[in-house]
Amino acid sequence: MTSVLDMPTTASATDTVASLGHVTKRYANGVLALDDLSLTLRRGEIVALLGPNGAGKSTAVKLMMGLSSPTSGSVSIFGADPRQTAARLRTGVMLQIGTAPHMLRVREQVQLFRGYYPDPMPYADIVKAAGLSGIEDRFFVQLSGGQKQRMLFALALAGDPDILFLDEPTVGLDIEARRAMWAQIRSLAARGKTVLLTTHYLEEADALAHRIIVLNKGKLVCSGTPAEVKSLGAAATSSQPNAIGLKIIRCVTTLGEDHLLAMPGVGGIEAAGAFSIITTSQPEATLREMLALDQSLHSLEVNSPALEDAFLALTSN
Amino acid sequence: MSTAAITLPAASSHTFGRTLRIFFNETRFEFLRLLRTRAFSFSVIGFPVVFYIFFGLIMNRGASIQGVLVAKYMLAGYTVFGMVGAALFGIGVGMAAELSAGWLEVKRASPMPPLAYLLAKCITAMAFGVVIVSLLTLLGITAGHVSLTLAQYGRMIALAIVGVVPFAAMGMVLALLVPASSAPGIANMLYLPMSFCGGLWIPIMFLPKLLQHFAVVLPTYHVAQLMLGAFGFAATGSNSSHWFGLLGFTLLMLGIAWIGFRRLEQRS
Repeated sequence: MTSVLDMPTTASATDTVASLGHVTKRYANGVLALDDLSLTLRRGEIVALLGPNGAGKSTAVKLMMGLSSPTSGSVSIFGADPRQTAARLRTGVMLQIGTAPHMLRVREQVQLFRGYYPDPMPYADIVKAAGLSGIEDRFFVQLSGGQKQRMLFALALAGDPDILFLDEPTVGLDIEARRAMWAQIRSLAARGKTVLLTTHYLEEADALAHRIIVLNKGKLVCSGTPAEVKSLGAAATSSQPNAIGLKIIRCVTTLGEDHLLAMPGVGGIEAAGAFSIITTSQPEATLREMLALDQSLHSLEVNSPALEDAFLALTSN
Repeated sequence: MSTAAITLPAASSHTFGRTLRIFFNETRFEFLRLLRTRAFSFSVIGFPVVFYIFFGLIMNRGASIQGVLVAKYMLAGYTVFGMVGAALFGIGVGMAAELSAGWLEVKRASPMPPLAYLLAKCITAMAFGVVIVSLLTLLGITAGHVSLTLAQYGRMIALAIVGVVPFAAMGMVLALLVPASSAPGIANMLYLPMSFCGGLWIPIMFLPKLLQHFAVVLPTYHVAQLMLGAFGFAATGSNSSHWFGLLGFTLLMLGIAWIGFRRLEQRS
């Protein structure tokens, strides 16, 4: 499992390209979508926004796209208001809509959007990046669900933007197309572009993002590399103070629960059938002691906490 | 975190040339899109043509109203009927669908000037209006013995263009206030009675007196009278009263559209 990808170097990691500062968003119907949320996006990083339905992910993205304005707080894209043309010229967006004008050809739609920008991405590059070759002359209405999604991705790329906002970009894609889009997103980040995506697929956030931001009920729950988020989640379940570097040991052992709890680093124990599941912050020390004390120990597995568990732990209650 | 944020480069707005090109392309593709949408183009062009052939050319062959050939009189009515259809269905129903599908948000998030979107739809309706005027005129001349000077034809074209504006504004109101699923139905409920009561199908003076008075609030009535005026045939009211009527209606629609737009903004 991919964990920490190569983070941007420290020099570029401090280059803020977009930020939300103490943003609160209350809709006209009284729903509080965001509650004092602050976050920053830096040059060349891929950030995944995670959260259960109604957590405020789409609201946060729409604010940064300049499609909505905050009730209070500030939104800034390259130091400007996202609703200004100057900011829009450098952003590309993909919304969770799955539709476009039915009776225009793929080629026509891409060219139309390229025309909005002074310095668009070359047409051939867009076709290649979004995997549109062979379907360029089709009408939108003739495309399959995955092809539609890829064309909308192409529209987001049209202006060769410095920031891409992708709201659930891989919904409806098969595994192969999803991996192809991941590869494209990674290569965009490698060229110094910033990508903010929301996703329901935890696997996607885990494999793709440099940084994960978990939202719940409009508030920031935590933010960090996928590995950090997983550790925080495991800590939330086992109330372990020293979270970073948590591992989960799964094995069949004759050692008693009290005995295990007394070992260095062990924060929690669960029984699952014949197996014991031990959460520890010092996996090497714990294992050394367990192996020394229990000669019959078998079926040993050591895992990083799964993002899914972390996510559930962080966003419950 | 304390380092300066990256800011925008100096040149960061549209040049005049590019803006013009965006407006042109937006209009070109809107026209193409509607032309290819057969449900739209066949009915918006087909209905006035078929109605004109039946009621203007076949049923009242050789007849005349106050010295004017029915074929020529009806030419005005069915032209306006076509224009109104192009505006209400092209702009009203089209925009309602794009609004509810979220496509409008993709456009709004792009650097396209918002006016390009509205103008493209408006000019497209005008272009359909011109196509309808030309088709009906051609039919009238070839099959209905209608004689028309070039100046009269020119005035009809000009009216087909300007006359679309009030209905374009009305289409916008429709799109902003009516859910997309009921937009086509409501458009028809406005379109057909408005056409009948405005005297587009039956000359206004043959309608009951009550309806004749009511017609003054209908933009269809005013445009039809101006269109007839282009042939030197005006049944009722002065030209300026018709222009005022259209202006008033347009301003009212734009006012309602503005309120609808504000409501939409507040919800987002």
